[in-house]
Amino acid sequence: MEKKRPKHLDLLKIRLPLPGWVSILHRISGAVLFLFIPFLLWLLQASLGSSETYSGFKDALASPLVKFVLLCLLWAFLHHFFAGIRYLALDLQLGVELTPAQASSTAVLIVSIVLTLLIGARLW
Amino acid sequence: MVKRIVAGAHDGLRDWLAQRVSAVVMVMYTLLVIAILLSQSPLQYAEWKALFSHQWMRLASLLFLLSLFIHAWIGVHDILMDYVHATGIRLGSQVAVILALLVYTAWSIQILWGA
Repeated sequence: MEKKRPKHLDLLKIRLPLPGWVSILHRISGAVLFLFIPFLLWLLQASLGSSETYSGFKDALASPLVKFVLLCLLWAFLHHFFAGIRYLALDLQLGVELTPAQASSTAVLIVSIVLTLLIGARLW
Repeated sequence: MVKRIVAGAHDGLRDWLAQRVSAVVMVMYTLLVIAILLSQSPLQYAEWKALFSHQWMRLASLLFLLSLFIHAWIGVHDILMDYVHATGIRLGSQVAVILALLVYTAWSIQILWGA
């Protein structure tokens, strides 16, 4: 017998639970970090080159656009970092029950945003 | 018979393990760099440059970057498998990502030892 199951594949109608948000943001932040690898390598190269390239690196960091991009990358890194540690813990069967899994999802989302703002405020 | 396609899935255990081992290496390097930055901030050019003149720092950084590239390959490979279904485009994207990561590897060595 064919079962009539509701299908909610409309992305705008799906209500994603918190661990789902952590998961999709983990994927998005990972993809963003991958795309910005050449930019980050270039920054590392400039910072380690000569004192001229280093001052060029400092000037680049002073530009509002670069600051904004780096702030976004900082969030992507922090989210990926904490969500990744959460997944490692889940692999070890730590916090797999519903309540701790929801609590750790909330913690990952909040801690990465708060740390991004704190580090961003301290650096600039 | 199982139908296997080019640029499709293979045995996943090795990737699963490599993803996690590379993640742990990157966490340790991140903590090391944070500790160094906190111990001697604000960091000027001379100290930054001196830090990377140590062989252990260059090797640790290379280990981090190689872990990053392996980790990125597994993640991007998963993403391409999930969203790109046309075999030709998927294979092309995968080859492009591998070539890019190989270039990044050579570039990383140049940055760390050439400076």
